[in-house]
Amino acid sequence: MNSSLIRIAAVSAGLMLSLAAPVPAAAQAAPPIRIGAVLSTTGPVGFIGDPQLKVLELYVKRINEQGGLIGRKLELVAYDDQSDPNNANTFAKRLIDSDKVDMMIGGTISPTALAMAPHAERAGLPYISTGGSAALVEPVKKWVFKTPPTDRLVAERILQDMKDKGIARIGLLSETSGFGQSGRKEVQGSAQKYGITVAADESYGAKDTDVTPQLTKIRSTPGLQAVLVFSGAGPAPAMALRNYTQLGMKLPVWMPHAAVNQELIKLAGSAAEGARMPTAAFVVVDALPDSDSSKAVGKAFYQTYKDVYKTDASPFGANTYDALMIAVDAIKRAGSTDKAKVRDAIEHTQGLIGLNGTFRMSADDHNGLKMDSLRMVEVRDGRFTVGK
Amino acid sequence: MSSQLVQFLFSGLTVGAMYALAALGYALIYNASHLVNFAQGEFIMLGAMVASVMVEARLPLPVAIAAGIAAATATGVLMERLAIRPARGAPHITLLIITLGVALVIRGAVQVVLGKGNHGLPPFSGEAPVHFAGATLSSQSLWVFGVTIAIVLLLAWYFGRTRSGKAMLATSHNALAARLVGIDTQWVLMGSFAMSGALGAIGGVLVAPITFTSYDAGVVLGVKGFAAAALGGLGSGPGAIVGGLLLGVLEALTAGYLSAAYKDVVAYLAILLVFIFLPRGLFGGQRTDRV
Amino acid sequence: MNRSRSRAGVAILAAVLLVFPLLGPGAYAYDLVIRISMSAVVVIGLNLLFGYTGQISLGHAAFYGLGAYASAILTTHFAWPALAAMAAGAAATGLLALAVSRPILKLSGHHLAMGTLALGLIASTVFNNETRWTGGSDGMPVPPLAMFGAELAGEFAWYVLTSLLLLVVVVAALNLVDSPAGRALQAIRGSETAARVAGIETARFKSRVFVLSAVLASVMGSLAAHYVAFITPGAAGLARSVEFLMMVVFGGMASVFGSIVGAAFVTLLPQFLHAFESWETLVLGLILTAAMIFMPGGIVPTLRGALARRRKEAAR
Repeated sequence: MNSSLIRIAAVSAGLMLSLAAPVPAAAQAAPPIRIGAVLSTTGPVGFIGDPQLKVLELYVKRINEQGGLIGRKLELVAYDDQSDPNNANTFAKRLIDSDKVDMMIGGTISPTALAMAPHAERAGLPYISTGGSAALVEPVKKWVFKTPPTDRLVAERILQDMKDKGIARIGLLSETSGFGQSGRKEVQGSAQKYGITVAADESYGAKDTDVTPQLTKIRSTPGLQAVLVFSGAGPAPAMALRNYTQLGMKLPVWMPHAAVNQELIKLAGSAAEGARMPTAAFVVVDALPDSDSSKAVGKAFYQTYKDVYKTDASPFGANTYDALMIAVDAIKRAGSTDKAKVRDAIEHTQGLIGLNGTFRMSADDHNGLKMDSLRMVEVRDGRFTVGK
Repeated sequence: MSSQLVQFLFSGLTVGAMYALAALGYALIYNASHLVNFAQGEFIMLGAMVASVMVEARLPLPVAIAAGIAAATATGVLMERLAIRPARGAPHITLLIITLGVALVIRGAVQVVLGKGNHGLPPFSGEAPVHFAGATLSSQSLWVFGVTIAIVLLLAWYFGRTRSGKAMLATSHNALAARLVGIDTQWVLMGSFAMSGALGAIGGVLVAPITFTSYDAGVVLGVKGFAAAALGGLGSGPGAIVGGLLLGVLEALTAGYLSAAYKDVVAYLAILLVFIFLPRGLFGGQRTDRV
Repeated sequence: MNRSRSRAGVAILAAVLLVFPLLGPGAYAYDLVIRISMSAVVVIGLNLLFGYTGQISLGHAAFYGLGAYASAILTTHFAWPALAAMAAGAAATGLLALAVSRPILKLSGHHLAMGTLALGLIASTVFNNETRWTGGSDGMPVPPLAMFGAELAGEFAWYVLTSLLLLVVVVAALNLVDSPAGRALQAIRGSETAARVAGIETARFKSRVFVLSAVLASVMGSLAAHYVAFITPGAAGLARSVEFLMMVVFGGMASVFGSIVGAAFVTLLPQFLHAFESWETLVLGLILTAAMIFMPGGIVPTLRGALARRRKEAAR
């Protein structure tokens, strides 16, 4: 009579049992150093997270081949949050409670990175995030660090460049994504410092298929000397540039570092000519003078990546590379994986040359990058070249 | 600033024509089977993706476009044979979820085979914009308008003048009666899926030069296409076109005059309002039910 | 479902929930079960609306998101106590559902689906854009749930809370289904016109069920926000609405226990599919399509049907 219900209950009990099966605990003597990572290798930002993971896997393997770290092997425990902060949150918990990692890296985008931070704080675990939002390190959280330049740094670098070129009035077109909104806030907040007025302020969605209405409004704003399109990565900035040329707009265009990728040039074609963006030095490593401190690191990175994966490294991989190198450097200096010691060591990172720039961290600066880490590039003849 | 208004209208009509083509696909299948095919957006994406990958492999554009249309048509037929036909008689909502499942399959397959990157197509007749009434239009938009009009005329001829077209219409009005007079309703269903696939691919290929495409481009188009179709009255061809154009223009006007961030909200609010006064959509007409 | 079956089902559910902690699960396993329980409650509500009265809601996550954001905003920006915020969220959601229910429920079939879809999309767009209050697309952190002066922390405490909640809701739903009101609902699903002819005020019933399921979703949204300690606009988005719908259809329409099975399945499946990496979407789609083709009524009704057939054959 009740057998069907009993069946169902048995199935669900079985399911729960399979979950409750204890995960084998890590061995106790000379265990590997476990580095946990939560990245978005699938989902809308999978094209960012995928190279990030590849970089981590590559360098963890290399470090192990070269003898490991403080006499122990590195072990990478990585999860894909599918661009969903809820999953990132769950996996952060899993890394801490089940996998018992010694530190965490990750958060391909700001929402996923932000979702992981509270767990690191609660568990007292060093967490080097790869998200762009300034909220990760402002106000400074004890256990949270980050490798990409903050959106404020990017905004200010752009404003500085504009000022150098004599621009005083601009139109702003920003994406409604977290990155775009954050960028907009920073640009609005810092513009006056550089003597620039934001005379037009429009926004568009990352999935929009047309931004001519917004650009039309910008075009009809009087006295503009330049346009700043604060876009994320993806097809939208290319589309915006095309709409821009279609409308016959000729003012110079600036974009943030997220726009520096081959896809933009592929999709926007000639519409991208002349656009200027800030970027980390390693992106234009070939154009750097030999005296530039970032050149060697950048070249080595590109070569290694190409040797193993047979394609060009994507700029997004830089964030996880830097995070891993900072982690390795800190563990070396701390001499152990004691979480508090490693955290202190990270905070004392001085002059570590990463792909994003030179990191100089302190108790009030858990990012460690300054404006000098960003160089301006310009699209010329379909390639990113060092801007003058 | 009437040239601004003209510009907004042009943008709206271009985007609207895109939505209209998507909505037509929904209408076609709904007509044949009273089924809403949530994989419609994926047909659009498939056509565009296959075509752009072929172009990147240096194949000539017409060949690439044909390949894209063929791929989507074949997928439509496969979908009907493998996913819809075995489930005939299942409750409606189950069929709906099946179409969602197929959408995932198509999206997942493209993700695995063609990757996660973004792709575009070259504009069919060059990049130079066209100037008209103080506003500019990309030459591709003219292609979109032109082909959409051609398709509408073609479909009108097909449903009005050919036997197979009239058979499809008959099936949509009353499947049982159609079968009684000898119409093979299975073929009608398969045909409508094939046509929807082809239509979707044509739409995808037309707009890929403007909006680019990627493995997940089908989601938004699927939703907007459904919205346009529902707005026009599901199952009504003219309704789909009007719904699509209206939706596009509404979005563009809101983005231009109010706030770009809320253009979707205004569009959807408008749809809700229409539904309050016309519960069957603009062209849905009155429904009589057998009690 | 008859009384003794329901009682047995509840007893088994309670037993399973009691036994689970004794198996020594880790925080991760607890996390999954907690999330399943929370989704199951939403799905039971949605199933009442959908499985029993046949009203398709493609925007249910909007109510879930409303509750979540109400809790998040009121506790973060206005320092309200968590329970008050939750109640306010539920009340607001209920009012909104009531206001839209009359015009929306007049729509039928796919137009109703579009109407609810529109609602959901409007909600998630608003959440995404009002950055000052909601943190925009980056989302916002949510303080822990504080009740009667104590903070609810730790997986076990949450497990107890959600398990109790699930049991209460299951019992209530079973009672509802078996009551005159429940029979009215089933009559509406059978044929709305016939139900009206029989004297049932269909509009009132549909409206009430709509509001009830909306409020349930809102409360669970609030709880989930506190549990995850973070909320993003995606919580109210289309993907979430479709996920809930899948749980209903998968587990079994018009089946309270089916709701739980559906919630478990849809929540656990991605975890197992992780091994497939970039094939995950494809495999998920294949499983979903195949499941719906071969089990069109959902898992629980199909199993029940198969068992009934076997029993009948054995009895011959």
